[in-house]
Amino acid sequence: MVDLTRDDILKLARLARVSLTDDEASEFTGELASILQYVEMLNAVDTDGLLPTSQVTGLTNVTRPDVVRDYGYQEADLLKNVPALENGQIKVKRMIV
Amino acid sequence: MSALSSQWLPIDEIAAKVRSGQLKAVDLVEQSLQTIADSSEYDAIIATTSERARERAKLIDELVLNPLEGDADITSMSLCGVPFIAKDNFLVFGAETTAASNILKGFTAPYQSTVIELLEAQGAICVAKANLDAFAHGSSTENSDFMITKNPHDRTRVPGGSSGGSAAAVVLDMAPFALGTDTGGSIRLPASFCGAVGFKPTYGLVSRSGVVAMASSLDVIGPLTRTVADAGYVLDAIAGVDSLDSTTIVREGTYVPGALGLKGRKFGVIKEYMADGLDPGVRLQIESAIEKLAAAGAEIVEVSLPTLPAALAVYYIICPAEVSSNLSRYDGQRFGYGHSDAKDLEASYSQSRSIGFGKEAKRRIMIGTYVLSSGYYDAYYKKAQTVRTKIIKEFAAAFENVEFLIGPTVPSVAFKIGENSTDPLQMYLTDILTVAVNLAGIPAISIPAGTTDGMPVGLQIMSAQRNDKLLLDTACSIEGILA
Repeated sequence: MVDLTRDDILKLARLARVSLTDDEASEFTGELASILQYVEMLNAVDTDGLLPTSQVTGLTNVTRPDVVRDYGYQEADLLKNVPALENGQIKVKRMIV
Repeated sequence: MSALSSQWLPIDEIAAKVRSGQLKAVDLVEQSLQTIADSSEYDAIIATTSERARERAKLIDELVLNPLEGDADITSMSLCGVPFIAKDNFLVFGAETTAASNILKGFTAPYQSTVIELLEAQGAICVAKANLDAFAHGSSTENSDFMITKNPHDRTRVPGGSSGGSAAAVVLDMAPFALGTDTGGSIRLPASFCGAVGFKPTYGLVSRSGVVAMASSLDVIGPLTRTVADAGYVLDAIAGVDSLDSTTIVREGTYVPGALGLKGRKFGVIKEYMADGLDPGVRLQIESAIEKLAAAGAEIVEVSLPTLPAALAVYYIICPAEVSSNLSRYDGQRFGYGHSDAKDLEASYSQSRSIGFGKEAKRRIMIGTYVLSSGYYDAYYKKAQTVRTKIIKEFAAAFENVEFLIGPTVPSVAFKIGENSTDPLQMYLTDILTVAVNLAGIPAISIPAGTTDGMPVGLQIMSAQRNDKLLLDTACSIEGILA
């Protein structure tokens, strides 16, 4: 069994900026351990001499000209989904308590 | 219910009749909206885009009467007046784009996805947004934060996922085609469970700009349709390089379907996909399909890709890793649900995400954060990416000897609602025959191949990267001999 404690789960949640209920923390401790247990099978796969793949079609360094394109958006269109808006600016909570 | 009986003509015929004035786009849109309303008990649709759809239909009918030159040249619109349904992770004007998640509830797109723009340029009309597992995380649509879509053949069963709403909508005849996304099988799996055609193109063939990201090295966009030919017409409208998505690749000249003879074509039956654990009823239908292929003159050989049984383990490291990264943008500040009572910024992030994300999104964020953590990165993420290389090489070797690989799409038929929802690992195993295709970036299609106990079975056909046209044409012929 993969060694994963409830404290590990709470630490991970904190790193990922997700707060978990007590029930979720207990549930995830068991579930994550069993999922990690399942993926352990990869240790048995011989990958000597192989490199990791992160891009499958072989494209590299795709660029486009860095020019402004007018998409016709209005400021209001782009701000309409903001949860808290004040004087046309996004309002966030204080960072230093 | 047969997926082949339909109120809709083939897509190219609908478009031709609209262009010639024999059919009115406004009537097609009403027909689609009426069918959606009549089948609301299946919960396939999150919202219609009826107002915008009616306006666009009216505009198209006016252009038929008074043609314009240039951009709005009606005579060249290949999907003129054809209604369609988009999975609700495509940014579309006329309705919210929620990805079936609480955190995006109320989000209205400030711009449209490239795919929707391309379809609209060909005269297609989006009439509705389909349900999905929230953020496309799942294999059954049971992870939708809003509702569970029911299978059109049996309402006590799931439609598959994550594009379950799109597959059900097509089989329920709500529109001639629907759009889905496929990260580990999310087009092919629901196509198989519902009895539709589901096509997953080569990675990068269709722009992902304006589509809610799940796992960016795996995500592709594709059509769900009633016939393979229809899938070809849709792909022809949406494929190609887009400057807004740097992973897009050069398209082939055309994807307009033309059936190819099967005689002398070489198919490899994947040994590992026919192993123990395959439902006997599914096995029977797949073996029968293979016999028909052989009878049609195709050459059938058995092919082994020994690392395929590890593909799901690779997937469930790489996918959550990329998910945890992509979902970090949902911070409750700039868009989406934001928790207003938090005492400081960090609490605002955590509380917005805790309330806005459902359980599966949180589960994947947790797994992804773990496998990317310092100290575990090499053991999990890098190892998974290296096994991915091995799988890619095994596919490449197989395609040196055969043009196509075949097998079942899913090891079972659609399961009962609730049957797999208590054990996430059991649910993940539904994807066991579809994920390897995404890891290798190759094209694959699921087409209906009979039923067992009244539920549809899907035959999966794969080919090498950039062989999308050949795959579609061949699938068209196979569809003919299975009908």
